Amino acid sequence: MSVEFREIEGKSMGYLGLLALLGGILALGLGAAYYMEHNGHWVTGMTNQIVWGVPHVFAVFLIVAATGALNVASVATVFNRHVYKYMGRLSGLVAISLLAGGLMILVLDLGHPDRLIVAMTHYNFKSIFAWNMILYNGFFAAVFVYLWAMMDRNARPLYKPAGIFAFAWRIILTTGTGSIFGFLIAREAYNSAVMGPMFVAMSFAYGTAIFTLVLLASYAWTGRPLGDLVVRRLKNMLGIFLVTVFYFVLVFHIASLYVAQRHGVEEFLLFGDNIYSTLFWVGQMLIGLVVPFALLYLPGTSGSRFWLVIASLLVVIGGVIQMYVTIIGGQAWPLDLFPGLEESSSFFDGVIHPYHPSLPEFLLGLGGMAATLLMIALGVKILRFLPMSLEDHVVDPQHHKAAD
Amino acid sequence: MSNENRIDTYRRKLLGGGAALVAGVTIAPGVILNTVAQAAKPGDRPLDRPVDDSVRWGLLVDANKCDGCEKCVTACHETHGVKSHGRPETDAQWIRVVKLRDRKTGYEQQLPVMCQHCKHPPCVDVCPTGASMKRADGIVLVDKHICIGCRYCMMACPYKARSFIHESLEGEQLPHAPRGKGTVESCTMCVYRVDNGQQPACVEACAAEHGEEGKALIFGDLKDPNSEISQQLKKYGGKQIRADLKLDTGVRYQGI
Ligand code: SF4
Ligand code: SF4
Repeated sequence: MSVEFREIEGKSMGYLGLLALLGGILALGLGAAYYMEHNGHWVTGMTNQIVWGVPHVFAVFLIVAATGALNVASVATVFNRHVYKYMGRLSGLVAISLLAGGLMILVLDLGHPDRLIVAMTHYNFKSIFAWNMILYNGFFAAVFVYLWAMMDRNARPLYKPAGIFAFAWRIILTTGTGSIFGFLIAREAYNSAVMGPMFVAMSFAYGTAIFTLVLLASYAWTGRPLGDLVVRRLKNMLGIFLVTVFYFVLVFHIASLYVAQRHGVEEFLLFGDNIYSTLFWVGQMLIGLVVPFALLYLPGTSGSRFWLVIASLLVVIGGVIQMYVTIIGGQAWPLDLFPGLEESSSFFDGVIHPYHPSLPEFLLGLGGMAATLLMIALGVKILRFLPMSLEDHVVDPQHHKAAD
Repeated sequence: MSNENRIDTYRRKLLGGGAALVAGVTIAPGVILNTVAQAAKPGDRPLDRPVDDSVRWGLLVDANKCDGCEKCVTACHETHGVKSHGRPETDAQWIRVVKLRDRKTGYEQQLPVMCQHCKHPPCVDVCPTGASMKRADGIVLVDKHICIGCRYCMMACPYKARSFIHESLEGEQLPHAPRGKGTVESCTMCVYRVDNGQQPACVEACAAEHGEEGKALIFGDLKDPNSEISQQLKKYGGKQIRADLKLDTGVRYQGI
């Protein structure tokens, strides 16, 4: 049997209101970027000590989530899980939208966004950053081909190879994003081999959470039927990924505690009297991992779509907080030029670097998120991304018959 | 125009052809004449020959002689037009005096820290556009025309040597030191002076303050066994900050 895909109507007040809201947030974000660019970065909370601020927190979160959002499509194509097949298109759309939103933030936070063309034409092939630019562009291309193979009958033969290719590409891409931090040899907070795989695990969790939110919202708001089978599968997928993230975070920190040189920064981030340890325990661990996991599996909330939405939202919030701890917390810890000696200078050697994020930075970050959602909302109206129905008997005829 | 070309143009305008050495000597006679005979001197290279790796410029800091007077800092920032905007956390600093204290013994010392002009510079490795670059003679520079202001080099530098320009610079620009909002900068080892046969401003300022015997900074060619810096290193040794990172820095320290 074939499933019918169709554009959403997109005429309701609700839909137009959503576009207006997202457009408004995006406009604020762009305005904030212009303000920061025009005045220079001194109007932000960023300094010569904390060189990457809140914009990077959002940007890296979105970019990491992007590759994870492609999971659903990959599972269908690469691992032949039929249930996920009809969600493949949406999964591709969410993935490229997240990446676009993240890159938008990254570019607008550059000292010279006007030199984007320079960044595109001058490559230093030793730089993992330059490699990432190539990886990002390649990701767009790979997902476009993949989407094309899913949407156009004539491109069918490409479906499998394109899917496998996109899957491989995304693993490399996430590892690449994680490696941006891995290359910072002198920054004790990042100097770990677990960073790469940990980022891959996080991308799975964040991407799945965002995909789940988008899917549930689209079907609820368009009134299209969505069966429990799909919802249950997504829930379980999210649960497994949360456990995986938990495992890697544990390994990362335990390993760090054993490395003498990283003792200081670990203690600072985990047990210090500062915002980062609070954010780590309350934000990253409790809000981002433990509570959502409990919501997914506790008898009272486990079967409920409402609580799945809440759990997914918490994973997203926890994810942003995790990036804050990783990116800002890691920089707040001073570089140690003379191990064993007390250092001080007019350039803030040897002291914990304070950071007071400014409103425009948050607006730019939220603007990037809004750009992502706007792309998705417009995408499902312009092209056939969404199946008319994702009822159980549609997504898994075999299973359904057997159950009857 | 690339940074280097611009510097070249400026240099030619200033000195022109064979007059370079003579000019070098007259501008800084004390310094130039003091270097050991035959040693490679700044300005030896004819101005129309590209920089090559026959020399490696380096600095030697003697922490025992540094009294923290900060004359080097002032000279550096003056010669490059680096001014404070009254916002220490975002103000650029190309060179700073770091105070050290041994917790156990209470022993205190101070020493200037600037870009260490690494032979294997992490800033150059990570820079996506190639704006961060190392000249063949070992001087690490940022091409302000290609820098996109991503700050990845600042994240990568182990010495906190770099500053990001957080605001528009009005009336602070000097022709030999192009700078600009949204780009990253750091110690250039006074490349414009070195190419013209002078010593870096910090080295000159330190010697002017403390005299030849008391100066804490020596500049010269690390590849030339006869240069003052190589002789000193041979006699008394020298350490690199964070030598464990194996970056082979061009700035060496004694007394740490
Ligand atoms: S000290 Fe820092 S800025 Fe200078 S060359 Fe080394 S890594 Fe680059
Ligand atoms: S800030 Fe400029 S010099 Fe530094 S890595 Fe980015 S482009 Fe290169």
